[in-house]
Amino acid sequence: MAAEYTAYGPNGRPNQTAPFNAYQILQKARKNGRFTGLDFIRNLTTEFMELHGDRRFADDPAIVGGVARLLGMPVTVIAHEKGGDLNDKARRNFGSAHPEGYRKALRLMKQAEKFHRPVLCIVDTAGAFCGIGAEARGEGSAIAENLMEMMTLKTPILSLFIGEGGSGGALGLAVADTVWMLENSVYSVISPEGCASILWKDASKVKEACECLHMTPSDLLKLGVIERIIPEPEDRGELYSLLREAISEEFYKLNALPLEDLCRNRYQRFRKLGVYGE
Amino acid sequence: MLRKSNFKKSRNQLEGFSPNLHTDKPYVPQELCTSCPSCKAMLFQSDLEENNAVCPKCGHHFRLSARQRIGLICDENTYEAWDENLTPKDPLSFPGYGAKLKASRFRSREVEGVLTGKAAIGGVPCAVFAMDAGFMMGSMGSVVGEKITRLFERAAAENLPVVGFTVSGGARMQEGILSLMQMAKTSGAVKLHSDKGLLYITVLTDPTTGGVTASFAMEGDIILSEPGALIAFAGPRVIEQTMRQKLPKGFQTAEFLLEKGFVDAVVPRKELKETIGRLLRLHCGEV
Repeated sequence: MAAEYTAYGPNGRPNQTAPFNAYQILQKARKNGRFTGLDFIRNLTTEFMELHGDRRFADDPAIVGGVARLLGMPVTVIAHEKGGDLNDKARRNFGSAHPEGYRKALRLMKQAEKFHRPVLCIVDTAGAFCGIGAEARGEGSAIAENLMEMMTLKTPILSLFIGEGGSGGALGLAVADTVWMLENSVYSVISPEGCASILWKDASKVKEACECLHMTPSDLLKLGVIERIIPEPEDRGELYSLLREAISEEFYKLNALPLEDLCRNRYQRFRKLGVYGE
Repeated sequence: MLRKSNFKKSRNQLEGFSPNLHTDKPYVPQELCTSCPSCKAMLFQSDLEENNAVCPKCGHHFRLSARQRIGLICDENTYEAWDENLTPKDPLSFPGYGAKLKASRFRSREVEGVLTGKAAIGGVPCAVFAMDAGFMMGSMGSVVGEKITRLFERAAAENLPVVGFTVSGGARMQEGILSLMQMAKTSGAVKLHSDKGLLYITVLTDPTTGGVTASFAMEGDIILSEPGALIAFAGPRVIEQTMRQKLPKGFQTAEFLLEKGFVDAVVPRKELKETIGRLLRLHCGEV
């Protein structure tokens, strides 16, 4: 079904497009008018029903989630949502979630585990929200809990990066069996602006920082942090249909594994990451 | 308006080293006298040392190095180091990282930012880790992540509880995405250990921030903290800069987290060993 599709991964993308440098990819990933998490949910799935709230404090609109059908298969989808127009963006904090957003995500994942649905996480955030309320309600604690619980969640998890993947805020939805990135998306430990201001005390040296951080999909594939790079055809419809097929194929594959193997593989996936001398 | 402060060079509080780090007794100045940064009282060095680096006047807790911490908490001559041979590399050829590693190694006399091993506390055998603020502000790179992961895996295999002291500026930027991955890796190991029904006590010490707060620091069954410690996900400077919000006094201190329900207890340094020993005996002692 997705025969031509596998030609793009897992060994890298074909040389169809000229390689962009990291800064250009960053600009594309942040471009105004780029698709958001909800666009993906609406176009990839059918019968989407949004489920709100973390049952503890509030509903964080920076992360949306719910149940839907992906080519017939019931799935749980969770996505960072940066928002459409300016008011919507402000309401959603430009996709930077508070602790309640991560707690909602975990609640929906536990629900998915209970009903044996695979989880699709769509990541697009500059980072977790940074502010007084977020700190007071335990941003660090909420993300830590997600990392821990996702590692042993007894149902397949696939994370797809569609734009920015900023630090712990992205990782909070990316402890997955397999992580894919669109070709114009980035994933890094710190924003290039933050890196530049620490390193050179000059936030304008963003281009240099982008290269240093190795944040592009091809760099991350080499480091073993992601499994697949998804090319972005001009026609968005084509992108969605390719993704629909590929994701459902992956879910079938992961669903076929015994749960212990699934969890062990996920643990090993992260266990092997890191470079040190011995 | 022209002010003197306009010409002041900004300094990253977390990256900055205090001058006393150059000696083998980090954080406690070697001079005869030192002034307490909190109450400004002049203290004799010997008094301070006798008092476990806590100001006798106001109770301000000076930072301790990892070795001092282990010496203070573990029963005498019980500490046995694990995985000492892991050394950091520069996988991304990040500008200035090699030199920074060298300087940190020289200053802290440690190979990396965390010590791990086995010891006894109050007579109960346990696995311990202590992070070192003297080594690149205790930031978590591949070695720190790997040592913590191995500690939890080995503790799970040997049925040992884990006691850990965190001090960290967060994930180590110079190792890029690989340091972010250590957050997931260590969390997985904590979970593995936890699922075996074993106890994990974390003690958050000043400062614990960023990627360490958002991973193994906050995953303890019991979370203790030292008085006045800064505990944050995003540090106060970052919040003030990005939000242009002035932070209330006492924000992100151990006491603040206690009030908000994220810390089980704030324990003064002189009671720490006894408290940890009691908790260990309650969980692992003979019935």
